[in-house]
Amino acid sequence: MTDTIALLQGFFGFSWPVVSNLAKIFAIIVPLLLGVAYLTYAERKIIGYMQVRIGPNRVGPKGWLQPIADGLKLFMKEIVIPAGASKGVFLLAPLLALGPALAAWAVVPFGPELMVANIDASLLYVMAITSMGVYGIVLAGWASNSKYSFLGGMRAAAQIVSYELAMGFALVGVLLAAQSLNLVEIVNGQQGGMFNWYWLPLFPLFIVYLIAGVAETNRAPFDVVEGESEIVGFHVEYSGFAFAIFFLAEYANMILVATMTSLLFLGGWNPPVDVAPFTWIPGFFWLFAKACFILFLFLWFRATFPRYRYDQIMRLGWKVFIPVTLVWLMVVATAMQTPYGYLFH
Amino acid sequence: MSFETLVFYFLATILLFAAFRVVTARHPVHAALFLVLSFFTGAGLWMLLEAEFLAITLVLVYIGAVMVLFLFVVMMLNLNIEKMRAGFWSNLPLAAFVGLLMAIEMVLVLTVAGRTIGGDPTRHAAGYSNTKELGLLIYTDYVYPFEIAAVILLVAIIAAIAITLRRRVGTKHQDPSWQVSVKRKDRVRMVSMPAEVTTAGMSSLPPDAQKEGE
Repeated sequence: MTDTIALLQGFFGFSWPVVSNLAKIFAIIVPLLLGVAYLTYAERKIIGYMQVRIGPNRVGPKGWLQPIADGLKLFMKEIVIPAGASKGVFLLAPLLALGPALAAWAVVPFGPELMVANIDASLLYVMAITSMGVYGIVLAGWASNSKYSFLGGMRAAAQIVSYELAMGFALVGVLLAAQSLNLVEIVNGQQGGMFNWYWLPLFPLFIVYLIAGVAETNRAPFDVVEGESEIVGFHVEYSGFAFAIFFLAEYANMILVATMTSLLFLGGWNPPVDVAPFTWIPGFFWLFAKACFILFLFLWFRATFPRYRYDQIMRLGWKVFIPVTLVWLMVVATAMQTPYGYLFH
Repeated sequence: MSFETLVFYFLATILLFAAFRVVTARHPVHAALFLVLSFFTGAGLWMLLEAEFLAITLVLVYIGAVMVLFLFVVMMLNLNIEKMRAGFWSNLPLAAFVGLLMAIEMVLVLTVAGRTIGGDPTRHAAGYSNTKELGLLIYTDYVYPFEIAAVILLVAIIAAIAITLRRRVGTKHQDPSWQVSVKRKDRVRMVSMPAEVTTAGMSSLPPDAQKEGE
């Protein structure tokens, strides 16, 4: 491996940093986009089985090519730009939604040594970058020049900004417990079996983070943006590939939230039991399995819960989650100063 | 010219362009978007100075929260652009004077004072944590100013919420705790009635409904 890298370094010479970083970016984005495609397939299949249906089974063997066909269909469709729309902003908005969803992956570690950039404040970086995703939504709603998409954009943006606060507080709890903003150190602080993972001492924060993550990505039961009964979503005027990019951003965000939950609360690449047969399995597999479990929960929620009303969403975010996180932060911070502080890290 | 200098000039060019467009953009929403771009580029410049905590906080607070709410307001208000631009030329001399004064002050601070006070900034070692250093300073040397600022902000939050809590007549308030604690007997009244007796061949239903039932 090191020989190959040295050889490539010699071959590319001065341009090696550019080439190696581009290669790393591709190594993340290509599997991520494939993951998005097959997440949509998994979603339709899983919800299908939960509702005693079969789900897509026509394109390719057992319907495995369905997401490819869907993508192709959206790609061939015309992008309709509404009359009176602010054209530049209208086309910029989907990119502003997708950009942060991909940029956040720059610091996400897949193993102790496996990441694009190991920066000191990576948790803060993820928070900052994901907080920019809301621009795509606000601007899409505004640039469409339609009152329905404008209202939808406002609602979705207010929802995302509200739940970001609860999410941020939950992350503060994690950084208190780990005493670091670095994702690798946070995961390393959870070594030694599933009872050392942060989901246990930070249980209220774990639940808040998980549910706020569902709300943050506009997924059911918080998916008022695509409520059939009151179609006022921010993307009602989008068609073809512009819509597909919003779709991609939503699913990439889901995978990001699932991965972050596994890293912060479920021990990342640490095996659930720290004994022989489990420690043989490479850490990446554990992280992948945990992220898949969280993603399955996302789909399960969608098949189970009825949609929240908008005022209920706001009430849950402001009057339930934020007080819960504040109280638990006080508990953790106080307990850190007592002899029982070891229970929290 | 080192790579860092190149990055600096690249970011600085974008920053100046974006800042200029904030003032000159025709539409207020576009102006707000250029402000977002200039904040982002400014964060890039701070990152170049190894002030990563400040840079990320700038993105998190100003771009992620303040500017979103700003955009909300700008989008919802019916802004009259012509009216806003009316006094542009009459205010220009004063604004140009103030801007020139600020530029001169900054040049003085950076050239004259900078040479005597700081000299060239030194690079930090690889393990240096900007965040930890800032936290230590804020919670030891500057704890009172920090806490006072926090209390002032808290008072502002409470005041803003208190303004919204005025009593209005005729609004349909919901009480979620009451809604959740509803029991069956609050909504359904079970009535005991004797069963209806029908003789054979005769039904209380009209003939059409009988056919459909079969």
